[in-house]
Amino acid sequence: MSALTRKGWRDLWHLRGQALAIALVIAGGVATLVMSQSTYESLTATRELFYRDGALADLWAPLKRAPDTLVPQLQAVPGVQTAQTRLLAMATLGVPAFNEPVRAEVVSLPIRGGQPLLNRVQLRSGRLPDPDVDNEVVVGEAFAEAHALRAGDTLRLTLRGRQRWIRVVGVGTSPEYVYQSPPGAVFPDFQRYAVLWMNRHAMEKALNMDGAFNNVVLRLLPGTRPSAVIVDLDRLLARYGGVGAYGRHEQTSARYLEEEMRQLRTMARLFPAIFLGVAAFLLHVVLMRLLGTQRDQIGVLKAFGYRDRALAGHYLGMAAVIALTGALLGVALGAVQGHWLAHVYQGIYRFPFLAYHLSTRAMTTGVAVSLAAAAAGALMALRAAVRLPPAEAMRAPAPPRFGPTLIERLGLQRWLSQPARMALRDLERRPGRALFTVLGLSMACAVMMVGRFQGDAIEHMVDTQLSIAQRHDLAVTFIEPAPRQALFELAALPGVRDAEPLRMAPVRLIHGHRSYRTMIEGLPPGARLRRPLDTQLRPVMPRTDGVLLTDYLQGMLALQPGDEIQVQALDGHRRLRSVRVAGFVHEYIGAQGYMDLDALNRLLGDGDVVSGVLLGVTPGAEPDVYARLDRRPWVAGISSRLASVRSFYDTMGESLLVFTWVAALLGGVINFGLVYNAARISLSERGRELASLRVLGMTEGEVSALLLGQLGLLVAASLPLGFTAGWWLCWVMAQGFQSELFRVPVWLTTATYAFAGMMVLGASVVSALLVRRRIARLDLIAVLKTRE
Amino acid sequence: MSTVSPPPVAEPVFHARGLTKTYRMGEVEVQALRGVDLDLFRSEFVVLLGPSGSGKSTLMNILGGLDVPTAGEVWYEGHHLTGADQRELTLFRREHVGFVFQFYNLIPSLTARENVAIVTEIAEDPMTPEEALARVDLADRMDHFPAQLSGGQQQRVAIARAIAKRPAVLLCDEPTGALDSATGVRVLEALERVNTELGTTTVVITHNADIARMAHRVLYLGDGRIVREERPTQRTPARELSW
Repeated sequence: MSALTRKGWRDLWHLRGQALAIALVIAGGVATLVMSQSTYESLTATRELFYRDGALADLWAPLKRAPDTLVPQLQAVPGVQTAQTRLLAMATLGVPAFNEPVRAEVVSLPIRGGQPLLNRVQLRSGRLPDPDVDNEVVVGEAFAEAHALRAGDTLRLTLRGRQRWIRVVGVGTSPEYVYQSPPGAVFPDFQRYAVLWMNRHAMEKALNMDGAFNNVVLRLLPGTRPSAVIVDLDRLLARYGGVGAYGRHEQTSARYLEEEMRQLRTMARLFPAIFLGVAAFLLHVVLMRLLGTQRDQIGVLKAFGYRDRALAGHYLGMAAVIALTGALLGVALGAVQGHWLAHVYQGIYRFPFLAYHLSTRAMTTGVAVSLAAAAAGALMALRAAVRLPPAEAMRAPAPPRFGPTLIERLGLQRWLSQPARMALRDLERRPGRALFTVLGLSMACAVMMVGRFQGDAIEHMVDTQLSIAQRHDLAVTFIEPAPRQALFELAALPGVRDAEPLRMAPVRLIHGHRSYRTMIEGLPPGARLRRPLDTQLRPVMPRTDGVLLTDYLQGMLALQPGDEIQVQALDGHRRLRSVRVAGFVHEYIGAQGYMDLDALNRLLGDGDVVSGVLLGVTPGAEPDVYARLDRRPWVAGISSRLASVRSFYDTMGESLLVFTWVAALLGGVINFGLVYNAARISLSERGRELASLRVLGMTEGEVSALLLGQLGLLVAASLPLGFTAGWWLCWVMAQGFQSELFRVPVWLTTATYAFAGMMVLGASVVSALLVRRRIARLDLIAVLKTRE
Repeated sequence: MSTVSPPPVAEPVFHARGLTKTYRMGEVEVQALRGVDLDLFRSEFVVLLGPSGSGKSTLMNILGGLDVPTAGEVWYEGHHLTGADQRELTLFRREHVGFVFQFYNLIPSLTARENVAIVTEIAEDPMTPEEALARVDLADRMDHFPAQLSGGQQQRVAIARAIAKRPAVLLCDEPTGALDSATGVRVLEALERVNTELGTTTVVITHNADIARMAHRVLYLGDGRIVREERPTQRTPARELSW
């Protein structure tokens, strides 16, 4: 080992506290990168494998009823490789000892038994139903776990008003139902929503669909454009009540999963960038200081004939060791966390397996970016030091120049004590360093705010959606639009205090070359239970002279209020009508239209019908109302609002808490790295000054206050900036999360600001206390004998 | 005036007996002091002379409460310094001792006036920074930062800072060590004036024998002991010194 190398190692050892703090910040960045990138890649790979193994369809085409004899025509559509017909139905389930409505989507299995050609069932346990036995089902894994169901258990299924007992023979999952959330809901509800696979024969009997199907899924030939096939299919199925075929990007599960992956990728880019930026700055400051104290050594080495390049390499090497230590630590940490996170997601999505792999790209990127950040930080510091002629380097540097600060030039100095003036002048002399420290600290604060942002935003979304916009207790959906009289029957049930009709019409909205498949909700005048909201979250009444659309559609379909749009009804008479856009409403979840109920019925020409009823129920009466509803054949599903809120918090609560603390930890690491290093550098630069003051009679406390007070000033300055940065960071994330599925509002509670602020202060105090111990150990005598 | 006042005779301000100090420098034990007995009297101007390593600075550090002896006792006006803890020593320095260092040790971010103020703000009965600076002839440089002052001027600010709290004793470690002769003389004049006008007991450490000519008493240190003591019959005023 050369003497220079040995010197490098010893210098590093001497700086170990600061070097470790920087390495930790780098580790935080690399770990986040490796973790999120590995999770992202693993989940994408898992999803692809699962889609391939389970033969996920390319197209879905729901319809009312078509004979099986249509199959050859479906197969013959150009571009179709495989077509699989089936029956789908919504049903309600009774689970022993669970007194709440459970909705179920029942999917038929091929009539001769065995697996379907497309959207196969991956059995997790048990077997598929015997084709000759009608009461056997496979239940979805998530639901089975939520209720601890096993093969042999029995459930009460209400399909078209007919109750029957069914027996669970297997537990499974399918690529079609990776994300299992009830129709119209945004979040999964494993307890109250089930997917069941049942014999086709049994379903034909229950639905009165002998030799017919109401859903077809298709696999396309490689290289086929889905849009062309969709046009042909829609034409073919129109007379069978086809409501429009759609591809994977409109299929609920696939769409949500895609959205989640996109969010994960956003995080994988944003967070590491913040960390590595802070790390580069820290390396720069620490190296600047090291070069400052080793000025004479550099001079001597140069005098002895060391080249500039050798010296630059020496210090760059030290920076590289710190960066590599951090990067390797980060890779190890990220690998462990990534594995854990991927498992968490696997649980949420119910993938039957996990194709986990550590992202080599993330690891190499992590190491490379850390090294680059270190080099960037080091090079700036090195340039000045290495250029210095040796004779000058060996002389002491010129004493630092100070001047009156802005505050003093404004004539306010009389309110400043000497220590306050010292602090202010020191900050003003190195404004860049102070600025970067403040910026770094505000990023730490911002990261901690982001940790709580999701929770805040979701709570706000749920709060506005469920307490202002959707105020019903139970939502009842009918099998198909029914005459309005159904409303009066339900309104008369004991325990029902309020009932409102609702028409949910599946439509395609068309404006120019843009179109979007969604629903128009028809609401009665003066609706109380379901109210669209404007941007100020005030209820808006649906109009008779046009449709109100979710504001997100304004951009998506390039609309202005007053524009005419085409509405293609996807059920009933399937009319294509023109309607005026009467205005826009503000919604966080989904994107749809609202209209006066009668006006909507007139527009679609299906008569005076409703597709469901919203009920307000007297407290405590819910189970009773539910039991009475369950026996009505035209009730397709019942959902309870309170239950869904509760389930939502059960599902999300824990993972949000984990996320909050992980972000707090990461923010804390940045914070600690910055404050600790800033304090150590100040201490090293001003040690002589502070020791002199101790000699002159200042106590340890007074001297500490002088040093740490200056840091306190920076921390205090960073808070308002951090709060602003946090808001913007949340805004950036919210933009990344925007989709027609939901828009995350930039909503932060006071508690979040307080949390971030307290965490910043806490981490700063801990770092300060570590440095304060060093102030106690200042060598008063040595410092007086040396000239800096 | 070519002579200054005769040595005042009073009770000792400092009273030290049998001071020894042993340092461990890695593997080596260094005996800096080997049994020093010393009394310093009120208003006395004492010069401690000796070569490097003779123990001058160690002795001054112990007197100033910066260091504690390995053995021996120090009393300051009846207070037992050797038994005091760090907090009491800090208080002792704060109230009774003024220090002047070879390299001035001014706070670069404070002006001359503020460098003095930082001490007067924590002292009990200080003079104003303006008065202290006037006493060292720096009334016209009060708002200059250290970087804007010459070495001699910086040292005089250091003296002003040391005397502003009206200390009982002024300890100066090589106050002219970093200065040329003419500048050094101006610094010594300032010390001389403080000693005369305020009656501050002043100890100056130096290895410059010429400075000894202005002292009431000269103590020669060698190898950790006081090897000789002289009382010049005729004191030379500082402005007549040169080296």
